[in-house]
Amino acid sequence: MTEGADRGGNALYGPQPDVSGAAGYPDAPPRVGFFTDTSVCIGCKACEVACKEWNAIPEDGLELTGMSYDNTRGLGADTWRHVAFVEQSGPSGGPEVTGDVDVFAAASRLGTAAEPAGPVPLVSPDGRTELRWLMSSDVCKHCTHAGCLDVCPTGSLFRTEFGTVVVQQDICNGCGYCVPACPYGVIGRREGDGRVWKCTLCYDRLGVGLEPACAKSCPTDSIQFGPLDELRERARERVARLHAAGVTDARLYGESPEDGVGGAGAFFLLLDEPEVYGLPPDPQVTTRDLPAMWRHAAAAAVTLAALVLGSCARRKR
Amino acid sequence: MSGSDVTRDGVRGARPGRDAVTGGRAGRRGRRGGRGERPVVPEAEFGSYYGLPVISKPPWEPLDIAGYLYLGGLAGASSLLAAGARLTGRPGLAAPARTAAAGAISLSLAALVHDLGRPARFLYMLRVCKPTSPMSVGSWLLAAYAPLTLTAAATAVAGRYRLLGAAATAGAAVLGPAVATYTAVLLSDTAVPSWHEGHRELPFVFAGSAAGAAAGLALAVAPAGQAGPARRLAVLGTALELGAFHTMKRRMGLAARPFGQGRAGLLVRAAELLSAGGAVLSLCSARDRRLAVAAGAALLAGSAALRFGVFDAGVVSAEDPVYTVLPQRERLEARGSRP
Ligand code: SF4
Ligand code: SF4
Repeated sequence: MTEGADRGGNALYGPQPDVSGAAGYPDAPPRVGFFTDTSVCIGCKACEVACKEWNAIPEDGLELTGMSYDNTRGLGADTWRHVAFVEQSGPSGGPEVTGDVDVFAAASRLGTAAEPAGPVPLVSPDGRTELRWLMSSDVCKHCTHAGCLDVCPTGSLFRTEFGTVVVQQDICNGCGYCVPACPYGVIGRREGDGRVWKCTLCYDRLGVGLEPACAKSCPTDSIQFGPLDELRERARERVARLHAAGVTDARLYGESPEDGVGGAGAFFLLLDEPEVYGLPPDPQVTTRDLPAMWRHAAAAAVTLAALVLGSCARRKR
Repeated sequence: MSGSDVTRDGVRGARPGRDAVTGGRAGRRGRRGGRGERPVVPEAEFGSYYGLPVISKPPWEPLDIAGYLYLGGLAGASSLLAAGARLTGRPGLAAPARTAAAGAISLSLAALVHDLGRPARFLYMLRVCKPTSPMSVGSWLLAAYAPLTLTAAATAVAGRYRLLGAAATAGAAVLGPAVATYTAVLLSDTAVPSWHEGHRELPFVFAGSAAGAAAGLALAVAPAGQAGPARRLAVLGTALELGAFHTMKRRMGLAARPFGQGRAGLLVRAAELLSAGGAVLSLCSARDRRLAVAAGAALLAGSAALRFGVFDAGVVSAEDPVYTVLPQRERLEARGSRP
């Protein structure tokens, strides 16, 4: 059993069934979160836009990345929801990819060759595979053990009564320590502002009983909001259904309280490995190793003192 | 941005030096296939999202933060040296060490405030005291250490309040080693692979490098007759630095690679040569002032190069997803589980 298992403990990692309780809310409402089911995401970016609108996030440059339809690239101070577009040569739940697909050659043949009647086979007769698109709306994971929150020296990152992680903007001093501490690369420092910003899981909306703007705007219910326990239940059922339907690649990411961050408050149903979507395969809260780090630093400090005093102790020269 | 071209060989201009590869398998193929520009890490096989970083790199200016690490080390070890010299009756050695500690810690605070943008923001650090935040611990450490160091220096200059001066010197010497080593925890307690993976040895590397810097400064300034401790410390500190660094790199796996490549690699190599050279020079510097100054300069430069090299390597490891994804993927496979 890990240290985290005892309820209300100030654990650095491991399962934590009562996140808000451990943070000092005795009568907290149930912990809430997001379940993002990427198998139904259509990449419409309604969530990105709704988030920007509701939270009045400044524009962060209008650029074409040229790599895909994803012109936002990733999460940061000015992007709290980010839709990833993964272009792949492999059918959903289908066989292994075999060799390169020349999309340009394929495109040049379009309309010239006689189109096959009926459903298009996923694997063409010459062994080539079709392209597929994976889309996934990424967001702050509101980790059970949040590296960002642990390392913040000012206390501006805090745990809300809903078990989510929020930055208090009037206290953040812009030290930027939370930025490299997040194992998912979520939080970012805003140019010209100096402070850091990230998803608040619409703390202001939660307070008045509304669901977060992204979940509200999602037309396919790819983003689902609710009590975390309920979402986990729903997610497991969904994976089972997809597996039964032959989509064997479907898997949950971040939902297990046994993972490196004690279970994410925002978890995902993915159709491929996490790294394909730009997510770390096995993230760990860095604070997990902190006791060992302090021990080693103390030992090093003692060593340093011994070296200096030893150097001075010899006869005078 | 100038835009990018989609060509038969992949996307050009999106991110220099990258193929727009996606997918676990696509990534593997793309890296072996030899299409497009040479990948940064050729033999690694991993999937990534268009080669974009998985974690965020630290938003710090190298000069501010690496400078802060270096000056903190110099100050901490100098305080110790000053106390040791004072205890063993070597005023000629104690004086420069004491001054070095006061000067270095003032400059390092200036670097920190510059990084924060506004002086008042340092005060926010003292709102709370959090053992889970190395930066919070460090702020409190500095809040206690800096005044002690400055008092020690001021009483020495004034030539009065000897008792207060002695107490301040002793206090600074007690906190000094912590000031020199906590910065290693500051770096390690992040998701940056080349910093986090070294969390066991990095404090020893920093301790050794701090000793080298303090010895170097004292060596260059103190009269040769009293510089014996500095000469011995130069050798011991450098041995600790190089030994711990070697062990660290051996144990880090893939995350050690940035220490041997590019600018970080050059800095680390320079640091090793300068520190080792400085230590050797210091041994034969007892009778030659010029040698002592050269040894001191080499040791100081070596310590600085080490901090900048470690900082740089961390940034490199944060920017390339291979350092985040591959070790985690291997860890996961070793555990035999899927996410
Ligand atoms: S995902 Fe990153 S920013 Fe979000 S709570 Fe976890 S550590 Fe903090
Ligand atoms: S940048 Fe702000 S929120 Fe992040 S660690 Fe520093 S004070 Fe805390």
